[in-house]
Amino acid sequence: MRIIIAYLAGLLFGIGIAISGMANPAKVLNFFDVAGTWDPSLGLVMGGALLTTFVGYRLVLRRAGPWLGPSFALPTRADIDLRLVAGAALFGVGWGIAGFCPGGALPALGTGRIEVFAFVGALVAGIFLAKALQSLGQRLKHAAT
Amino acid sequence: METEFTPLWSLGGGVLIGLAATLLMATLGRIMGATGILAGALMPPSKSEFAWRAAVLAGMISGPLVIFALSGAMPVVQIPVSISMLTLGGLVVGVGVTFASGCTSGHGVCGMARLSPRSLVATSTFMLFTGATVFAVRHLWGG
Repeated sequence: MRIIIAYLAGLLFGIGIAISGMANPAKVLNFFDVAGTWDPSLGLVMGGALLTTFVGYRLVLRRAGPWLGPSFALPTRADIDLRLVAGAALFGVGWGIAGFCPGGALPALGTGRIEVFAFVGALVAGIFLAKALQSLGQRLKHAAT
Repeated sequence: METEFTPLWSLGGGVLIGLAATLLMATLGRIMGATGILAGALMPPSKSEFAWRAAVLAGMISGPLVIFALSGAMPVVQIPVSISMLTLGGLVVGVGVTFASGCTSGHGVCGMARLSPRSLVATSTFMLFTGATVFAVRHLWGG
């Protein structure tokens, strides 16, 4: 049951991404190109998604827990650190170069376009690279103390 | 490359993304963040932690195929950058979202909906840097 629901949630997300234009780098980049070929569509995608989730979460998180799991897995950190800000800045630079964010690219794989596979392959490599850097940093920190 | 303003499709798609996030929270109690789900599927802490993430990813990838089955056309994907720029961008995005612990879906939608201060900072930071990068590439560097 959990697997079927997870698949359906992913499917709903994938259809939403695909019809909204988030899987189309030309549209995504044009949202940010206010000084050029501006296309405000992405603002409506993010606005619509945010508003729906805001209301949905308020209804759902009132309950004691999720229907098919033990408890809500919500991030609890509230500190703003350099990793968060520098990571977000780097993500922004990459998004501006490629026009794909992870949530836009993963559903776009379904179109079978070879370029999307190149982006996602590099994305996966970047995730592994960052994880390796993080564990290296942990080890150095550990060795220093 | 000009693209057409698509208010209804974009708003409708956004609402579907929000419904998907709400559904995943209501049932499995999980955040619908593309970065967390992908990274967790690549390096799963356990077998059951892998299974639901793989199912979400399979669902995401089926999205365009379902649209194709219903409408007879694949969603439009126009890529105005070279494959080497795509690869470079992908690598930078991968490193960035891992350090930031989230991307547009995890921070920009789910975290912002919870009014998380970390997500507010992350989202404003990446939106600013994406805008600055597009401006630099298209109007300063590209001329």
